[in-house]
Amino acid sequence: MLELRNITRHEGAEIFLDDVSLTMQRGDLNILLGPTLSGKTSLMRIMAGLDKPNSGELLFDGVSVLGTAVQKRNVAMVYQQFINYPALSVFENIASPLRVARVEQRQIDKQVAEVAELLQLTEMLDRTPDTLSGGQQQRVALARALIKKADLVLLDEPLANLDYKLREELRAELPALFAAMGAVLVYATTEPTEALVLGGNTVCLHQGRVEQFGPTLDLYRTPASLRSAKIFSDPPLNSVKVECVAGQLALAGSQQKLEIELEQVPDGNYTLAVRPHHLSREPETAEDIEVQGNVSVTELTGSETFVHFSMADNPWVALLHDVEDFAVASSVKFYLKPQNLFLFDSDDALVEWQPAIKS
Amino acid sequence: MAIQKVQNNKAWFMVMPVLILVAISAIIPLMTVVNYSVQDTFGGNEFFWVGTEWFQEILASERFHNALLRTLLFSGLILAIEIPLGILIALAMPKRGWGVSVCLVLMALPLLIPWNVVGTIWQVFGRVDIGLLGHSLASLGIDYNYTQNNLDAWLTLILMDVWHWTSLVVLLCYSGLVSIPEVYYQAARIDGASRWAVFRFIQLPKIKRVLLIAVLLRFMDSFMIYTEPFVVTGGGPGNITTFLSIDLVQMAVGQFDLGPAAAMSLIYFLIILLVCWVFYTVMTSYDNDEQSNGGGAQ
Repeated sequence: MLELRNITRHEGAEIFLDDVSLTMQRGDLNILLGPTLSGKTSLMRIMAGLDKPNSGELLFDGVSVLGTAVQKRNVAMVYQQFINYPALSVFENIASPLRVARVEQRQIDKQVAEVAELLQLTEMLDRTPDTLSGGQQQRVALARALIKKADLVLLDEPLANLDYKLREELRAELPALFAAMGAVLVYATTEPTEALVLGGNTVCLHQGRVEQFGPTLDLYRTPASLRSAKIFSDPPLNSVKVECVAGQLALAGSQQKLEIELEQVPDGNYTLAVRPHHLSREPETAEDIEVQGNVSVTELTGSETFVHFSMADNPWVALLHDVEDFAVASSVKFYLKPQNLFLFDSDDALVEWQPAIKS
Repeated sequence: MAIQKVQNNKAWFMVMPVLILVAISAIIPLMTVVNYSVQDTFGGNEFFWVGTEWFQEILASERFHNALLRTLLFSGLILAIEIPLGILIALAMPKRGWGVSVCLVLMALPLLIPWNVVGTIWQVFGRVDIGLLGHSLASLGIDYNYTQNNLDAWLTLILMDVWHWTSLVVLLCYSGLVSIPEVYYQAARIDGASRWAVFRFIQLPKIKRVLLIAVLLRFMDSFMIYTEPFVVTGGGPGNITTFLSIDLVQMAVGQFDLGPAAAMSLIYFLIILLVCWVFYTVMTSYDNDEQSNGGGAQ
């Protein structure tokens, strides 16, 4: 079990981590999700022992490890770049953690063969890493992390530099590979989709702060804050400022009302948000809320359409699951189900609400 | 129906300036040397064909053998000192901060000084009567005199060349070292690799190419060295520092033995060409190895 207690790290006025507290269990996959510069790598460096926090405590299985040198922590790390020893063969690369640990040759041969088999590297054991493809190079790096049987495995955007196909393939294999090890597994990524596919727990990071930590799906379904919802949304979350007066929502600064009535929501300023794929062209039920805007651009992929439009001067995007071209500047209407709507208060925290039962 | 191929001979005019330049600067002088090397003259512009006689004479002469051995020994020592020293200094140089530019400027300084000035600096520096080095050593009671003592003459020349050219090795190695991403060092720390292992398995493989270039450049330059030893020792004492280049000039300009001198310069030229070819082959085959094995994705 890895415990971070009130970890803070800053250099001068620049704050990298701000009061981070997390608890991660062995055998669990923990995803650090956040845009670049959100503190993912800083956090990993502290977990690995490469950096020391300015304040806070780091415990492994209940014992503080802040004073322990990196070399003695039994940590394995895989990076976005494919880091291997350039002059050593694939075999020697995979064997290197065992060599440092002075494992006997027979054991090394056996374990390397096992791990190589698992990662489909058996045929490449005699080659050097720079003669392999990117995906194979990263497999070698993963094999090195795997064979070390570390207590803590840190994967820092390990799939970011791979092409699409390989990424899908490795992404599916990774959790299974490491789950069997009983290590605390930490995986950093900038992609919400990747977090969703991997499952496990997710930490939403924003400017060195933990926005939310919990099971990945829970985070996606009920983001605790507007930030958390924004980090965990791809394409970007649609939001608009609204005012609530007597349960009736209206766009801020205008009299345009939204056809929804809320119960148990005090009057005040709110932010209304909805994920792009929850907008549809046709209303499915009578309760569906209508939003209107002017198209700025339409992106067509093979099977999907991204319609960018301005909704009361806010840039919104709708993801439609068919191909449809919209004329620029034309007026469009989209519909969303009330249950897919998020409401955040003026402190950006999620507000629980109930639709009023229409009489 | 056959298509008439139009020959456009204007192209020859386009390459003419280059051809003329190369002819004047390289081919004609080289051919003159070849011409001299197979003929003998007794003055008065009368020449006699002697075939390979001069070549045989040079290749059999002890004087040439000794000069060649001295030059090889000099180059060997220079490489043995400057390459490891250059790597060590490059490793010790700061990788970021204000120290970088200070170090780089300091390192580049000796490279900017003209060769004969370097020779003059050291010629004065080492003098027992007024030189800082020579006088200091003398007042310490050390018997140092590069104009009389064989060992001192060699030490002075090697020290001078190390002072002048180690910077080049440093700069080349440094450029290789700074191109290694920081994550490699991080990964090595996490693996628990020792300082030596980091050098042996990460830094050395990554600077291998620039190191090859450094070795090539330093070998060629030291093998052809002329100006500095000419200024400092003039080939002496005796002819203990008479390298091939100095010997050649003595033969051609001093004794005016044009035939043997021409033969010798061709042999000298062929040795350098051979070494260059060996280096080139080694370097390109190293590159080809990497590409033929599937080509790295990075």
